[in-house]
Amino acid sequence: MDTLVDIRGLTKYFGPVKAVEGVTFSVKRGEVLGFLGPNGAGKSTTMKMLAGYLTPTSGSATVCGYDITRQTIDVQRRLGYLPEGAPAYGDLTPLGLMRFAAGLRGITGAKRDKLIQTSVERLELQSVLQRPIETLSKGFKRRVSLAQSILHDPEVLILDEPTDGLDPNQKFQVRNLLQQMAKNKAIIISTHILEEVDAVCSRVIIIGDGKVMADAQPGQLETRSAYHNAVVMRMPTADAEKAEKVLSGMAYVVKVERIGQWNGTAQLRALSAGGADILSTVHQAVSKAGVTLQQIHVEHGRLDDVFRKLTSKSRNKEA
Amino acid sequence: MRNVWVICKRELSAYFSSPLAYVFIVIFLALAGSVTFYVGGFLEGGRADLQAFFNFHPWLYLFLIPALGMRLWAEERKSGTIEFLMTLPVRTSEAVGGKFLAAWLFAGIALVLTFPIWITVNYLGDPDNGLILAAYFGSWLMAGSFLAISACVSATTKNQVIAFVLSAAVCFMFLMSGLEMVQSFFRSWAPELFVRAVAQISFLTNFFDLTEGVIDTRAVVYFLSLIGVSLVINTAIVEMKKGQ
Repeated sequence: MDTLVDIRGLTKYFGPVKAVEGVTFSVKRGEVLGFLGPNGAGKSTTMKMLAGYLTPTSGSATVCGYDITRQTIDVQRRLGYLPEGAPAYGDLTPLGLMRFAAGLRGITGAKRDKLIQTSVERLELQSVLQRPIETLSKGFKRRVSLAQSILHDPEVLILDEPTDGLDPNQKFQVRNLLQQMAKNKAIIISTHILEEVDAVCSRVIIIGDGKVMADAQPGQLETRSAYHNAVVMRMPTADAEKAEKVLSGMAYVVKVERIGQWNGTAQLRALSAGGADILSTVHQAVSKAGVTLQQIHVEHGRLDDVFRKLTSKSRNKEA
Repeated sequence: MRNVWVICKRELSAYFSSPLAYVFIVIFLALAGSVTFYVGGFLEGGRADLQAFFNFHPWLYLFLIPALGMRLWAEERKSGTIEFLMTLPVRTSEAVGGKFLAAWLFAGIALVLTFPIWITVNYLGDPDNGLILAAYFGSWLMAGSFLAISACVSATTKNQVIAFVLSAAVCFMFLMSGLEMVQSFFRSWAPELFVRAVAQISFLTNFFDLTEGVIDTRAVVYFLSLIGVSLVINTAIVEMKKGQ
């Protein structure tokens, strides 16, 4: 796999305000990188620098081997970029917008029409092709901008919140599209929707306060969650107290939570110490105590929990 | 160069897809016509030339051209489309050039549409058509200078109203610098060379040089270099303001 995006110590200050500090990572062909972080963490700023819109204060980055500050035009030729909020000229039609972008990319004639057609089909824009963009719904506007960004079949795609404002069906469609395209591209998407990471990303980077806080595969990140390998059990309410007593006495259980109680049954969650595999020990101990287990399963861990842990830590440190 | 043309075409279509183009052309033609006849005394003058028509152009441009130029960059910045535009493989200077060219061509279209007055003067008498052509050319050059200044100011703000007012103010200074009122103010304390320099940068002085005789190279060079310098500054401002 070849590296298509390579970022080294990218830093951006707006006057005295730090937006991004020393961000370093690289993305290979075939990877879909989920770029996570709270609002104002520096996701968009990093993407804007990669797209050649903002000039870094220090550090460097290359896209397809071209330097983002010295060979900006070469970078932009090979890059598909969806800016935050998907801005587009409201007076143009989707067709007009794509023709304009194609024109600036030097794509003309039959080749242009063919590429536009492919893009339109991929995002199902046929019905609105001749309508001014300002009259379209939010979901269509977003998809028009997306269509523009993939028009020239770029090797690198940088998409700032590509599914924002889409309904669940449209989100599904866009995620499918991203997965289809992932094979021969490097894709970076920023998102607030953590389920999206599991759905499309092969790798996650969490940034907070302008710095990279975590860089791992989604599955790896989940193991850092307090809920990783937690065991959830359902039992008759009458047995719950007994089970709680047994569980809190166990060495590998850090905490027992009663997470629900209805129709005479109760649900308990036993959090594992250090994410150790406690299923069989818990199962044995509880059964031995005479608890009737109606259901038992293991949790993988939660990305939102890890996200909160990582990004609130950095915030507290700042304060 | 291809990119300049692509952007120019898009900008021209943007003028015509909003009422701006039609309002501008109608108002420009109505004002240009009425001041020529009622204020300029075109018919009463009894002369077979278009002086009465061209005399008012600087004043019409003073508020009409900033209206044309105010949206060029302020609108892009306000709506965020500037990020879309500047992340396509386009140099800032190409975008600046394309936008300016579109607005300038549009002003040219409005100017060409005043042709009935030229037909009228040819019907009524026997004017020097070469002189009229030179004056038209001079008027277009002056419109370009007003526009380049307006585009430059437009890049400094997200607010089109501010862009309009500031552009009109800056253009007004360029217009007025040749008038006796301004000259006498400077003459009282500034060295003669400076006073002459101030007079030289006046739109009025340069424009009337062009309308009154054969094409004066100095005036042409003046307007073209003013456009050039404004566009260079415009490019720098767009670059500088990107992150804000």
